[in-house]
Amino acid sequence: MNKIANRKVICDVLMEEAKTDKDLVVLCSDSRGSASLTPFFEAYPDQAVEAGIAEQDLVGMAAGLAKMGKKPYAASPASFLTTRSYEQCKVDCAYSDTNVKLIGISGGISYGALGMSHHSAQDIAAMSAIPNMRVYLPSDRHQTRKLMQALLKDEKCAYIRVGRNPVEDVYTEDNCPFAMDHATEIRKGDDVAIIACGEMVRPAVDAADLLEAEGIHATVLDMYCVKPLDKKAIIEAAQRAKVVISVEEHSPFGGLGSMVAQVVGENCSRKTVTMALPDAPVITGTSAQVFAHYGLTGEGIAKKAKELLEA
Amino acid sequence: MKNLKYLSYKLREDCVNIIMAGGGGHIGGDMSVIEILTDLYFRQMNISPENPEDPDRDLFILSKGHSMEAYYAVLCEKGFLNLEEVTREFSKFGSKYIGHPNNKLPGIEMNSGSLGHGLPVSVGMALAVKMNKGPNRVYVVTGDGELAEGSNWEGAMSAAMYGLDNLVWIIDRNRLQISGNTEDVMALEDLKRKAEAFGWNVISVDGNDIDEVDAALEKAKVCKGKPTCVIANTIKGKGSPIMENKAGWHHHLPTQEEYEQIMQDLEHQKEALKDE
Repeated sequence: MNKIANRKVICDVLMEEAKTDKDLVVLCSDSRGSASLTPFFEAYPDQAVEAGIAEQDLVGMAAGLAKMGKKPYAASPASFLTTRSYEQCKVDCAYSDTNVKLIGISGGISYGALGMSHHSAQDIAAMSAIPNMRVYLPSDRHQTRKLMQALLKDEKCAYIRVGRNPVEDVYTEDNCPFAMDHATEIRKGDDVAIIACGEMVRPAVDAADLLEAEGIHATVLDMYCVKPLDKKAIIEAAQRAKVVISVEEHSPFGGLGSMVAQVVGENCSRKTVTMALPDAPVITGTSAQVFAHYGLTGEGIAKKAKELLEA
Repeated sequence: MKNLKYLSYKLREDCVNIIMAGGGGHIGGDMSVIEILTDLYFRQMNISPENPEDPDRDLFILSKGHSMEAYYAVLCEKGFLNLEEVTREFSKFGSKYIGHPNNKLPGIEMNSGSLGHGLPVSVGMALAVKMNKGPNRVYVVTGDGELAEGSNWEGAMSAAMYGLDNLVWIIDRNRLQISGNTEDVMALEDLKRKAEAFGWNVISVDGNDIDEVDAALEKAKVCKGKPTCVIANTIKGKGSPIMENKAGWHHHLPTQEEYEQIMQDLEHQKEALKDE
């Protein structure tokens, strides 16, 4: 079991970069501990800004810093960062075209037992609907590192969502294929295409392996780049398969599933099913318990695939 | 030095012409904010259209973005934009000259329009200047009705927390918003004590007296360790009695008859000021 959370990797990458790049700035909203960024604040106090519990100010300040040539990374719980300061993300970051990287920590239902106020099941829909905003949900620590290293090299705004808890590796340190804004094809098969993002990629791979044992061949796409969406990869996977399943830790509306269905619907005739959280307050529990309850597990996804193929 | 009092009324004329040509605008707040913008762009700020990306330039954010027609008049006069082109194209189909600041245009740093955004952004800019040990000063103009937006007070707290003495927040205190008097819609007073309680050096002036505005901005430069807030007490619709202090003129489009009256009043003001 991997013990290193994606948020910890983000801090490691930013600490490494801050050694040489004095324009890199990290901002938190009383969230440095939750974001695993306390070591950054201690090591680089001159490159760290505390906004207090004020997410609108957090994002506005980040945009002002970016306008002056700084490279701000604003980290705050995904729920508050994306919806409390939605307008700042829209106007100050995307519309004003500032190089702000928004790090949504404890994304999805990471704060399982804390209730709907702390869940971010709307962030993909909200952020993807903003022109000029990019949306990334890395699947494991290795991909998170590759993604962060790529984002450090560009000068446009982006939203990155990671969960609170360590997640099982999808890749290895030596084998983590990554091309910016291109989905990673982890398995290739012609029965079912499973397209997942973030923490749902690992169960998607598990599902493919369970199906393979029964002679059912699945494609698995790690669609960490929800926006810009890798449409070509979706079309190729869908055309090869009989049915398409998308899996995400998000509301069933406006997230990866809606986007996949749109692309498939416009390009090929395949039954497409969205697996997601319900359009309701999520049941109380740890991430693992909640995912199991809603079938967002290897077994649950494999079961859904078999149902669809038998229908 | 140009005759800035005279220029303020000439810019009011340009602004009204832009509004008439575009078929709409926020004329009341445009008229109240003119002296503030004129002093910033023609006396205070280190900024030039020849070198718009100068890293040492002073920075301006119009948080009350709906006063864009006044800002167009100033940017044209300063040489960032062309008055004839702006007047011809303002608000027209496909135009880049829209009703709020658009930083794809030269001279405009940030987009605004939705209220309560400018102060946090200007805090970020002033923080960056501090980090770089730069000479730049940062100016942000908010409205007064706008101050009901809580994000302003988040920004106000952080500016004081970080001792941003390179930041000046100018409040266009014209006392009217779209629904009426600010004190009836959502009371702001005691605004001076509020800003002081948030840790700001506060100076209250007649915001339509350009010399008073300028003196306040000079005082701000010598105040160290805290940001300065200038409460610029202005008259909404300043320049013509038919629109002064009337909430209905927030975004009223003058009739032809009203337009002629306004231009006549502004001409009289210019005539009285031309030898100052």
